[in-house]
Amino acid sequence: MRTRVRWALIIAGSMPIDWSPLWLSLRVAAISTLVSVVLGVALAWLLAHSRFRGRDFLDAAVMLPLVLPPTVLGYYLLVLLGRESALGHLYEMLFGQPLVFTWQAAVVAAMFHSLPLLVKWSRSALESVDHSYEWAARSLGASEWRTFWRVSLPLAGRSIAAAAALSFARALGDFGVTIMIAGNIPGQTQTVSVAIYDAVESGNGALARTLVVVVSLVAVVILTLANRISRPESAEAAK
Amino acid sequence: MIKARIRKQLGSFTLEAEFEARAGVTVLFGASGAGKTLTLDCLAGFRQPDEGRILLDDAILYDAAAKVNVPPRDRRCGYVFQNYALFPHMTLRQNLEFAVEPLPRLERHRRVNEMIDKFKLGDAVARRPSELSGGQRQRGSIARALLASPKLLLLDEPARGLDAPLRNDLYEVLRQVRAEFALPIILVTHDLDEGCQLGDEMLIMNHGRLVQSGPPASIVAHPASLDVARLLGQYNLLPAEILQLDPQRGTSVLRVLDREIPGRYYPGHFKGDRVWLCVRHSSLTARPLDGRLGPHEIPATLQRTSTRARGVLLEFEQGLAVEAAEADNWKEWAVAFPPSALHVLSK
Repeated sequence: MRTRVRWALIIAGSMPIDWSPLWLSLRVAAISTLVSVVLGVALAWLLAHSRFRGRDFLDAAVMLPLVLPPTVLGYYLLVLLGRESALGHLYEMLFGQPLVFTWQAAVVAAMFHSLPLLVKWSRSALESVDHSYEWAARSLGASEWRTFWRVSLPLAGRSIAAAAALSFARALGDFGVTIMIAGNIPGQTQTVSVAIYDAVESGNGALARTLVVVVSLVAVVILTLANRISRPESAEAAK
Repeated sequence: MIKARIRKQLGSFTLEAEFEARAGVTVLFGASGAGKTLTLDCLAGFRQPDEGRILLDDAILYDAAAKVNVPPRDRRCGYVFQNYALFPHMTLRQNLEFAVEPLPRLERHRRVNEMIDKFKLGDAVARRPSELSGGQRQRGSIARALLASPKLLLLDEPARGLDAPLRNDLYEVLRQVRAEFALPIILVTHDLDEGCQLGDEMLIMNHGRLVQSGPPASIVAHPASLDVARLLGQYNLLPAEILQLDPQRGTSVLRVLDREIPGRYYPGHFKGDRVWLCVRHSSLTARPLDGRLGPHEIPATLQRTSTRARGVLLEFEQGLAVEAAEADNWKEWAVAFPPSALHVLSK
């Protein structure tokens, strides 16, 4: 009975609930998706279209975060980006603050969580473009760059947009790597999945339930959106 | 003019071809899987041959020995794909403009409009490929290829899957292109009728090799080998023996199906040679057998008749087939072999 009352209070907004983890997560996921899309589509194109030595290695390296335990990945990133490392030093020199245990580190964590699948999906999107369109563009004198921007990308666009939406949803959900390299600083690096863990640990069941419901709703909305984007609505998108 | 010598290994398939094509239509004819499309792809640069050399006018497009391999965008080979490959996300006008993008704006406009007039595409320019008729799509893709000012035009079975009226429209367009643009056109087809209608020259390809080349009419009249004759698929091919050869009178006697019939003189053959007699279905005539056989005639037993677009094909037990105007259920027939139509191929 008491829980039900508290639920009602929360929903009515009369009991203060700290929404900052949700906003932080949304911001982190948005930024990481933006970076991932640029990087991911470039990698996907490289893997789909060019032959070079070490392509298989690159392919495997991109997919590695998908199979490694988050703690292992987090450990690598700590070593690679920590204040003692060369990259960490470089970052500190450029931006005047360390990277690890800031919300920017959460962006890095989210990227490692979503990039592999984004590359995989974008690659299959690019590879599913009928090669005759790309060949036609080249035979008409178009450079690789122009072929990519004017032909391949628009034709794969819907699928890539859907992949971006899904990778946004995935970026929202990272837990392991985030807690390893960004930590759990309320109001600063505490993303929503970390906040849920925190709430459960500290016995704040109401907060946990609220955040769980909200995150689930966001996920459902994004999945629906992704499906709608990828569904070809006109005949020309089907071809 | 294009001059090519190509060798390309793809799995267990080997393409080995050497040919030239001048302004006009050169038909590349062969069965599916003979290597026709692969040849086009090597010319356009989409696939790289293992060995050989490709020259277009004075430019070297590919030379294995000198390690020259010009990328497709610099080859100036127009390519009309089997599916036309008009970009589905652009209107027809945008498709056409894509081909002239490097030019200044006014020039671009002028060239595109000129092509739109020439190919009667005025009603279609604002539409996307999915909204175009089949004929507009095929004219559009040819116009787009020509806009890039190619020095060679490659067409990969453009008539495949088209119904008869569209096919005839396409032939009309191709004749127009041939007349107005002085460039070599290589047309891939496995339709002999199409090849004969459109081709100035014909190259016959079989299992990755060129087996005969020449004007279509002379190839059809004199297939160079059994393989070619089988590929063209409109001949009776019968084992025969040359019994007599008379160079003075220009005659011979052949033993075919255990009968002796008169033939022409066959230079390059000797008396006693075992050969294949090659004669078109349409060159033979058949009549129901009553009474005696003429000197050119061989008796045959009707096995079945099959209806064709023009008339019927009478098929006989002896492995003979004859084109006739109408069917007849007579059993025993006399098939006449006119000496002038008899052609022999070495075994």
